[in-house]
Amino acid sequence: MRRLALLVLVSGLFAPAVVWAVIETYQFSSPDLEARYHTLSQELRCPKCQNQNIADSNAPIARDLRVVLYEQLETGASDEEILAYMVARYGEFVRYRPGVDRNTLFLWAAPALLLVAGAGLVVRQARRGGKRAEPLSATEQEEISRLLREQNG
Amino acid sequence: MRLKRFAPLLGFVLLAGLLYKGLSIDPTALPAARVGQPFPSFTQLELTSGREITEQSLSPGPALVNVWATWCYSCRLEHPYLLALAARGVPIFGLNYKDDSVKAREWLLQLGDPYRLNVADEQGLVGLDLGVYGAPETYVIGADGHIKHRHVGILDEGVFDRDFVKYFPDMGVSGSVGAAAGDS
Repeated sequence: MRRLALLVLVSGLFAPAVVWAVIETYQFSSPDLEARYHTLSQELRCPKCQNQNIADSNAPIARDLRVVLYEQLETGASDEEILAYMVARYGEFVRYRPGVDRNTLFLWAAPALLLVAGAGLVVRQARRGGKRAEPLSATEQEEISRLLREQNG
Repeated sequence: MRLKRFAPLLGFVLLAGLLYKGLSIDPTALPAARVGQPFPSFTQLELTSGREITEQSLSPGPALVNVWATWCYSCRLEHPYLLALAARGVPIFGLNYKDDSVKAREWLLQLGDPYRLNVADEQGLVGLDLGVYGAPETYVIGADGHIKHRHVGILDEGVFDRDFVKYFPDMGVSGSVGAAAGDS
């Protein structure tokens, strides 16, 4: 118990530093822009630390991209324009929700394909299962009764 | 019916093959969005002379554009090889990326200056337009001012021989670059 308390205390010492590091204050001229900022910064991938979006990342490049994002939002750029700007520089890679093209077609289609394949399997299995369920023979029935009796008795 | 028995094995082999291929793919390699395009336009100060330069100043190609900074440890490791390349006559332009210009000038004085000129990109704006996400990075720009190739990480002899030498046909056998590095 004491050890647990210590652990909580110690982790408490480090946690705030990590959390505060990515909090920046931007003054948005409207709540709508702020909402778009949060959506876009979570949808843009940090080029340096590849499994984080730019909202979560502390990398200098992520900070730069957040500034660019903020400035572009304030100058009235549309979401499409901002994404096009990022993609022109860092490639389709920076989008966590990439556009549908030749490279990403499979990615987009995969859930539907898997669903269809899965449904097909289930249907086939169900049909085959239905045929297979034959009534038990008299000896089998007897055996089951015996086993059940043994277990209960 | 016979074939069906081997379906799991087939699935396993396919998956294993796919994953094995995945092992040899570098996950940090990014598609270079700017390759094939003209070098992004800019107007910045030159690091040592302080005069205004633009993308037109990065010519004639083919030439290297090396993204570096004094805060970048790998750049220090890379530096001697850049000096050797410059000594061999490969034109190298520097992009001093998000750096303190005073420190950068000191670095060039102390370690030697392989660059024809240096773009003082203190804010990282040129780097942003170029799609730079760290240092060092090295680009090849062709005689037409277009970006031909991008390399992320330290440029050394192995990388140069593999990916860069074809853009510099006049340089002759590149093996001697290493020899030049050894001499200096």
